[in-house]
Amino acid sequence: MRTLTDRALNLAQVQGASYADIRIVRRLTQHIAVKNGVVEGLSDDGSQGFGVRVVVDGAWGFASSSLLSAQEVDRVTAQAVQIAHASALFKTREVHLGPPVAHSGTYRTPVQIDPWSVSLDDKIALLLQADQGLRATSGVRVASSTLAFWREDKTFANSEGTYLEQTIIESGGGIEAVAVDVERGQVQKRSYPNSFGRDQRTEGWEAILAMDLPGNAPRVGEEAVALLTADTCPSGVTTLILGPTQLALQIHESCGHPIELDRVFGAEASYAGTSFLTPEKVRTFRYGSDIVNLTADATIPGGLGTFGWDDEGVPAQRVPIVRNGIFCGYLTSRETAQQLRDIVGTESPETSGGAMRADGWNRIPIIRMTNVSLEPGEWGFDDLIADTDDGIYMELNRSWSIDDKRLNFQFGTEIAYEIKNGKMGRMLKNATYTGMTPVFWGSCDAICDAGHWRVWGTPNCGKGQPGQTAHTGHGAAPARFRNVQVGVLK
Amino acid sequence: MLGQERIKEIADSILAESTADQTEVVIQTTDSALTRFANSSIHQNVAETDASVSIRVVLADPAGAGARIGVASTNSLDRVALFHTLGAALSIARLQPPNPDFRSLPGPRPIVQVAAFSEATAGCTPEKRARGAGAICLLARAAGLVAAGALTTAALELAVANSLGVFAYHRTTQADINTVIMGDTSSGYAAAFALDVNDLDFEAIGREALEKCVKSRDPRPLEPGEYTVILEPYAVQDFLQMMTWTGFSAVALQEGRSFMAGKIGQPIVDPRVSIWDDGLSPDGVPLPFDFEGVPKQRVDLIENGVARGVVYDSYSAGKEEGKTSTGHALPAPNTFGPLPLNLFFGSGDATLEEMIRSTERGIYVTRFHYTRPVDPTRVVITGMTRDGTFLIEKGEIAYPVRNLRFTQSYLEALNHLDSIGRDTRLLTGMGGVACDRMPALKVHQFRFTGATEF
Repeated sequence: MRTLTDRALNLAQVQGASYADIRIVRRLTQHIAVKNGVVEGLSDDGSQGFGVRVVVDGAWGFASSSLLSAQEVDRVTAQAVQIAHASALFKTREVHLGPPVAHSGTYRTPVQIDPWSVSLDDKIALLLQADQGLRATSGVRVASSTLAFWREDKTFANSEGTYLEQTIIESGGGIEAVAVDVERGQVQKRSYPNSFGRDQRTEGWEAILAMDLPGNAPRVGEEAVALLTADTCPSGVTTLILGPTQLALQIHESCGHPIELDRVFGAEASYAGTSFLTPEKVRTFRYGSDIVNLTADATIPGGLGTFGWDDEGVPAQRVPIVRNGIFCGYLTSRETAQQLRDIVGTESPETSGGAMRADGWNRIPIIRMTNVSLEPGEWGFDDLIADTDDGIYMELNRSWSIDDKRLNFQFGTEIAYEIKNGKMGRMLKNATYTGMTPVFWGSCDAICDAGHWRVWGTPNCGKGQPGQTAHTGHGAAPARFRNVQVGVLK
Repeated sequence: MLGQERIKEIADSILAESTADQTEVVIQTTDSALTRFANSSIHQNVAETDASVSIRVVLADPAGAGARIGVASTNSLDRVALFHTLGAALSIARLQPPNPDFRSLPGPRPIVQVAAFSEATAGCTPEKRARGAGAICLLARAAGLVAAGALTTAALELAVANSLGVFAYHRTTQADINTVIMGDTSSGYAAAFALDVNDLDFEAIGREALEKCVKSRDPRPLEPGEYTVILEPYAVQDFLQMMTWTGFSAVALQEGRSFMAGKIGQPIVDPRVSIWDDGLSPDGVPLPFDFEGVPKQRVDLIENGVARGVVYDSYSAGKEEGKTSTGHALPAPNTFGPLPLNLFFGSGDATLEEMIRSTERGIYVTRFHYTRPVDPTRVVITGMTRDGTFLIEKGEIAYPVRNLRFTQSYLEALNHLDSIGRDTRLLTGMGGVACDRMPALKVHQFRFTGATEF
């Protein structure tokens, strides 16, 4: 690989690049999907290629190709330089990356059991067993079980002396039961352990075994059918307790995205939007109540946003985002860290927070979440319920929507339970809640302790043009919010 | 671009080597570039060259209990990698239990050749893209505003071959521009799509967004509630896409999840509404066959308000007696099922001006943002307005309003129809694969359930 990376970096500089980097990426994925007792999808997919990123005349250029040869490296590097020249025709500022980044090393996701060492027979057998469990309850119309495995081997080199090799391994799995009442026009769904197909972690096959998909399948099927006849979530303003997976998504949407500094600076304005967390709010804005502490940490074992270095060669790190309710930091890149210092002064870090991640060889790195988490509090879950006179517990996302500055949100969950006089009561369906981000987090008055906290994976975070899908992690324990509008669905 | 001859050579070599009972090869190539701008300058500028080969093999179960299917893909075109991928697909197929529902890969059917390729788009240079994006940036700068957006040019090839004699090849180009122009308190949006980059009028797109931005300055808060709305085609496209996700697939219908379930042949929306899929129409972006090489049929999904049907691939068609694929397969493996990718919403006879003039009090919506199904069986969707929302009073745009959240059944909205626009707009469709064409709509009793601060 070194021959190819040196060739690209030398050529780029000869052709006028003040900075250049190259990533060579080989990605293997395996997906297995069982539906109603039939293996409906089973595929092994491979994709490899390289991307060259350059700064020429103070502007960016990037080109990529799937053909790994010296001749193609020359062509693509020249193309990246030509593109950068075109970018320079309409620039309003020079790209400034701050201090050079020069690291070398290797990183490999620690796994106990390599998922590619497990036979397809064993994987299929596990899903078929879960499928049987899901369909054990009559009334389950569609039973789906999924496994997904991912391996990415990545070489990164830049013109400042960095040369890094990383192997990231991920394992994901999940089950879903859909119950249908055609006559009454109702569809209800339950999933485990997370919604939209699966939970995913930077771990090996051990992550799948720990999920115990077959053991949870009968309960998931029963709950899907029970939801058809459950009462509808009432409408009103009440106390809301969010379960950990729904809270993970709440963090993702209302904290993770608005702290992406490229969004703040308008880089995503035409597509995903911007952010209400503008730079003057750093260290002054009350984002949440005193007990709300949020961090972005790319070093958490097993987190889906865990790696050795980001795609600018910056080491993985833990960055404070909200401390005791006060907003204090962003997810940054090398370039945006410099832009922020220009605005808020030298108190802001000079180096990147290490959040630049690319979705493969054919995409540029953009700022993405790592593991953005709500730090645990001090409550036991049973104590939290016992301490709640009147409210609703909601868990596992069914729908999600938030405005383009990440203020007004509305979420729906698969299941909910009424809480009365400190006890969980009747099951509720079609639960929704809505609010404004700082008001909502300001109403947080209890967070469960570390014993209830874990990192959940979001393997489907979309951003950028052309589109990129990131894998992010979110640590969460159940938490309570006061005076929340619930039951929006008419 | 590999060209039809080279692609056929690759496909034939795999088919000749395969020991499976049936084999399918799908080859896609991409030569695309995207120039992205923000703060009125180019900040991301990228290009990609890729070619991928996906191989699906089918092994008949000796006991006649169905078929074992394996899929593997690679983007390496050397002979060793291709045959390794074929081997991987065969290994996968051998290891899995038979699928009793699988009938067969499709056999050959005549495919209409449609022209959808522009040399100008395929050969578009970075400088030309920069000048297109720059034209919009300069307009914004001159008005003291900032522009953001993206200009894509792409040349794509799709080929499908199988051991039953199918060989289908299509090449196409895409030129797509979208922009948001922003001021301190407002923003405006515009977008356009063409096969030929020379058909995109960048200044006109810039002016449309700029005018919307200027008009929506200093928006005022408005109480949520039920309002008459006039929806530009940008917003109406979301109706098509959400109805696709929640109901236009045969799999959704077969599983009872579709809003059409149990209602085929019955009126479900206003009789003026007709929605269809047509991969061959020159009014869209032609895509003559699907990812199984089956020619695309026109499918009337809703005709004069009546639920008429859904789209099929060969697998979902095999589950129903007498059905054949309508040519709407997605790449295998695919548990979601077939989808319509070339949607049309039939136009009416009203102009936007007439819609506004006939409105006593209502809201004018440029587009929606971040929409998601809340109750798929009724197509209840929630989302925000964005980039130009206005109050209409006494037949005129009165003033801009802050963005609102809606939670509304799109089916109900299509039953509360006042008028359908005369003019239609072609916009990039789901996943950027194809395009949709739709008019503006005027609808009463549209339910807004919240508001934001801008």
